[in-house]
Amino acid sequence: MEERRDVKLLGTKESIFTQRIVWALKLKGIDYAFIEQDFSSRSSPLLVELNPVYKMVPVIVHDGKSLSESLVILEYIEETWPVNPLFPVDPFERASARFWARFIDGMFYEAAKKAFFSSGEAKAEGVELVEEGLHLLEGQIIGKKFFGGEKIGYLDIIAGWISYWFQYIEEVGEFKAMDSRKYPCLHAWINNFIQVPIIQQSLPKADDVKAVYRGFKDAAALAAAN
Amino acid sequence: MAEDEVILLGFWASVFGIRPRIALEEKEVKYEYREELLVGNNKSPLLLQMNPIHKKIPVLIHNGKPICESLIEVEYIDEMWKDKALLLPSDPYERAQARFWADYIDKKLYDPAKKIHITKDDELEAAEKDLIEVLKMLEGVLGDKTYFGGDNFGYLDIALIGFYGWFPTYQTYFNFSIEAECPKIVGWGNRCMQRDSVAKTLPDQRKILELPKLIRQRLGIE
Repeated sequence: MEERRDVKLLGTKESIFTQRIVWALKLKGIDYAFIEQDFSSRSSPLLVELNPVYKMVPVIVHDGKSLSESLVILEYIEETWPVNPLFPVDPFERASARFWARFIDGMFYEAAKKAFFSSGEAKAEGVELVEEGLHLLEGQIIGKKFFGGEKIGYLDIIAGWISYWFQYIEEVGEFKAMDSRKYPCLHAWINNFIQVPIIQQSLPKADDVKAVYRGFKDAAALAAAN
Repeated sequence: MAEDEVILLGFWASVFGIRPRIALEEKEVKYEYREELLVGNNKSPLLLQMNPIHKKIPVLIHNGKPICESLIEVEYIDEMWKDKALLLPSDPYERAQARFWADYIDKKLYDPAKKIHITKDDELEAAEKDLIEVLKMLEGVLGDKTYFGGDNFGYLDIALIGFYGWFPTYQTYFNFSIEAECPKIVGWGNRCMQRDSVAKTLPDQRKILELPKLIRQRLGIE
């Protein structure tokens, strides 16, 4: 198949959703141009033009056509470049992987946001929901090196932010949920995942991630004060 | 080869529950439909067993294995029964567009729509504005096509059609005319109703009209 060099990715280095796309493209050996967006001015004119509905990263442009929403983009990448497949082959396994992807981006992500942004009782509720989520994910990784089996796959890519970004969400959000004794298999997965060369080489600097998260907290505090 | 056992747990008025049902009908797959009694919150042991995390319908149970989340079920049905009525477009970019807009419907349409169940009258205005905005966006996506899938009824049509059954109810509670605001969507809904899969499964709009009052009574809002 002819190698396409007309793939552009709009994103930020610190964004967990952008990183998913970077990983998928790199795992499939697809060349792309990274058009870095600035977190502080999130809606550049180009971004608004290419993603008028949500005005958010990541946005992929392939053959002049743009797509947004990381889960949608990942399915597109898999279908357009079948080399080194990331999704399970069996339809039931695929449905299961999609279910857990929605869980991570839905219930678990919302719980993490609640724990991060709230205080007092609401914060405690958020942490409890995060722990429930970690417990469920522990159940999914038991007996496996990666969610995808022997090699990383779709669900590892989706869960990837838990391996690195999550600790900074906890630090800046001032809560603690991850516990290597309570979730030993998830803890082992984290170590396996960040040691995969493509993953390791793409991780943003801790200070940059923390700075972004502090920015979110400050913005929320400002909004609450007004 | 042993015959497939397909069970679908649903709720008659659910905009999500109808999606896998229409998909199965389009594919002419034999299935057993089981109604969950959701208004009294009497969820069946099978539902709680098969969807322990969310405890929600629809749940598709294929040869004993559960698949949850309505859009995931539609994709699964499309992949399992490939020989008939393909629901997702074959072009990857068009597939991505269909998935994007189905996800948009789930993110943006359901929340304002469900406000008729739980919101007091004076808060309905904001929800009404959101609902119209979303429907107009979808009207733009439909354009002058026969279906969202173009000439072929498919995934995105299935994603939205459940809401069509609620249009008269939205109009009653929100006090606006969907026909006036989004005539193409209404035309599309009428066309979909000509299909057996939709005519057979879409609930009676008059029965739906009674639901919000029932739910609001149970919640103590009226």
